[in-house]
Amino acid sequence: MSDAKPVRFMSGGSAGGTSPALPSAPTVTRVMATVVLALVPGIGVYAWLFGWGVLVSLGITVAAAYAFEAAMLRIRGRPVWPFLKDLSVLVTALLLGLALPPLAPWWIPVLGAFFAVVVAKHLYGGLGQNSFNPAMAGYAVVLVSFPLHLSRWPAPVTLLDAPLGLLETLRLTFLGQLPGGMALDAITSATVLDRLRTEGLAGDAGAALSALPFLEAFAGHGVEWVNLAFLLGGLWLLYRRIISWHIPVALLGGLALMAGAFHLADTGQYAPPLTHLFGGAAILAAFFIATDPVTAAATPRGKLIYGAAIGALIYGIRVFGGYPDGVAFAVLLVGLTVPLLDQYTRPRTFGTGGRLR
Amino acid sequence: MKRRLWSFPGGVRLPGFKELSNREAIVPFPIPRFIVLPLAQHAGQPAEPLVAVGERVLCGQLIARPAALVSAPVHASTSGTVVAIEERPVAHRSGIPQRCIVIESDGLDEWLPPNADEQDPWRTPAKQLVERIRDAGIVGLGGAVFPSAVKLTPAKPVDTLIINGVECEPYITCDDLLMRSRPEAVLRGARLLLELTGARRCRVAVEDNKPEAAGALEQALAQVLRDDWAADMAVVQVPTRFPAGGEKQLIRVLTGREVPSGGLPFQVGVVCVNVGTVAAIHDALFEGRPLISRIVTVTGDGVAAPRNYEMRLGTPIREVLEQVLREDAQDMRVHIGGPMMGFALPDDRAPVAKGTNCLLVRAQPAETRPAEAMPCIRCGACVEVCPVRLMPQQLYWHARAGELDKAQKQHLFDCIECGCCAHVCPSRIPLVQYYQFAKHELREAQRRARKAELARTRNEQRQARLERQKAEKAAKRRSRGKPKRDEGAEAAEANGDEAAA
Repeated sequence: MSDAKPVRFMSGGSAGGTSPALPSAPTVTRVMATVVLALVPGIGVYAWLFGWGVLVSLGITVAAAYAFEAAMLRIRGRPVWPFLKDLSVLVTALLLGLALPPLAPWWIPVLGAFFAVVVAKHLYGGLGQNSFNPAMAGYAVVLVSFPLHLSRWPAPVTLLDAPLGLLETLRLTFLGQLPGGMALDAITSATVLDRLRTEGLAGDAGAALSALPFLEAFAGHGVEWVNLAFLLGGLWLLYRRIISWHIPVALLGGLALMAGAFHLADTGQYAPPLTHLFGGAAILAAFFIATDPVTAAATPRGKLIYGAAIGALIYGIRVFGGYPDGVAFAVLLVGLTVPLLDQYTRPRTFGTGGRLR
Repeated sequence: MKRRLWSFPGGVRLPGFKELSNREAIVPFPIPRFIVLPLAQHAGQPAEPLVAVGERVLCGQLIARPAALVSAPVHASTSGTVVAIEERPVAHRSGIPQRCIVIESDGLDEWLPPNADEQDPWRTPAKQLVERIRDAGIVGLGGAVFPSAVKLTPAKPVDTLIINGVECEPYITCDDLLMRSRPEAVLRGARLLLELTGARRCRVAVEDNKPEAAGALEQALAQVLRDDWAADMAVVQVPTRFPAGGEKQLIRVLTGREVPSGGLPFQVGVVCVNVGTVAAIHDALFEGRPLISRIVTVTGDGVAAPRNYEMRLGTPIREVLEQVLREDAQDMRVHIGGPMMGFALPDDRAPVAKGTNCLLVRAQPAETRPAEAMPCIRCGACVEVCPVRLMPQQLYWHARAGELDKAQKQHLFDCIECGCCAHVCPSRIPLVQYYQFAKHELREAQRRARKAELARTRNEQRQARLERQKAEKAAKRRSRGKPKRDEGAEAAEANGDEAAA
């Protein structure tokens, strides 16, 4: 030690608890990025089948959500960049955008994003603190306030003589103008669930459904292809262990069980379970919306109850309620019970008697 | 024979990094010029010094005695002169200096002559064996540093003795190397502990990522079992999953029994001892050698040649670093213990103590963590990995909000601080630090409450005494038949009494 080698030593800042020497689990940003990636196939198929409106609407929602997020972070005195970087707002915006009809006027997604990000997320304390699923809260508010604009679902491009191009879509969204002589009705169409609701199984939808095997059943609507793509993304999330199986399985199980029971009781009046699973937003809800960590139950048993209750409620709202699809209201309502669910489904602490669950 | 194993909840799979340091044999680390021996290298009360500054001591000499039942003596780890008894930095996560005995080595390493009247351990009654274990300063060397003598006198009979060679923390290999190099010492110590505790069976548990250690033990066991030991002893390989080496987790895996919340292993009929501790007990009882050294893994990418050293207790960590650091290493981060449950070394002047199983030196952090943790997004990843089945995120919210009573009600004190929750947290929240803080606050509050209670009782007793004295005085006065003074004077007298008291 004669040449007085300096001790190149730095005392670590944190004492214990953290694991500085190990490769660690994914960060919030990585988790969110994986979720976004899992949404891509579904969005792709959706846009392919239903035209530019899908991308325009998602684009507006994302831009608005980011603007509101940045503004709120600034106002609340939070570091803006780390929170924008976490991508949670991108996931919220995409889910909200997917919930909204692609041909709605521009201010619908902006209003939805305002409510989702500013009210449901930041006024409740920001990331991790919100009690309501922001995307669903934003959607529910515009749905209740502007039901007419929220019914502008596009018809599949394959069924149209002259599908809208990008510019025409932008003109429609921002200026409300359609190409000469075209009526809005010409490019929109009722969804499967709309028709089930208004016409019942006695109508066209019912006839098509009962006459043809699965997939061909509503090929004219294309929704099932979009949902299969979302299912693919969801299964990938499961495989990557970003989400656990509990909520998707319980949600789809609850919905299928309800639909199956009613269908068996009266096949003439109630649509079969597959229609309910693939006809609306159930797949998206099961894998992407209800699995939002912040607002979902956290215990394994809590997740099962939470998912099953949402599934059952979706069915209830669709069939007996006032709206064609019930995902948003089901998620919001069951979300209210999460604190209770977590409290009463707390796992038995090791060493406190009883059997290990 | 395939043994039935159980499993514990949660846990995480971790990369081992064991091969960094487990290829080289254990070598003795040179005895440094100054030895710094903390008086509290164990759980419980610090020891009381028995030597004075200027006194010459021999290696193995008792220099501090246990101050209470839960305490442990300290022995000089080489010969030399006591040059100071003062507060020095120690390897503790709190970073608070502690009283230490500092010995300047004379370079002779002269040992205290062995005690001739120590009996053959096989013929010594259990009670005396336990005393000898206590006198040898032996504490749990797996990291908990709980005095072994206390652990080996369970309040009720046990049927199973578990020797813990799991070593589930990444990087650490001191137990691995011990089991490979001295399997007979471990087994002989275990056989003696079987007699001592009265247990029927003994299981030596090794994680299945250490086949060499398990093989060495099995071979040695076959040898000794054939020779003369009629005992139910077996080596059991347990699946590699952190924290399989946690006492309660290991008991669950081997026996299916669950140590009750807040309870101790003997309540389910088990005593569990670390392999290093068993070897130290062996050395103390069969060779008359008190605990003056231990095996320390020195590893990490900041170390030129990671390996295990037999180090004298009291060796300053700075001296170790000066000899082992890689030439080009910059900005060292030194960790005491493993990456999961260890802590950052607060000061490199701190010495190696009984609980120092590993010096983990990292040149660069594995990743640059965000300066500030992100908010909890309630994803529940921590719930899935908690081996105690706590709700880590709820404990965190309660700890953060200062609702410590709620945290306690949710079994905060059952948390073993294994760090699994923090390891998987996507928001990188230092969860364990919140639990440590909350536990500390609760213990402090308890201590204050006890103190306040004591003060209240004392005050009541004092009041009662004053009343009594007053009554006695009045009685005396009456009995002397003095003329009665006026009320005011009597009151003044009483006040004077009170002030004096």
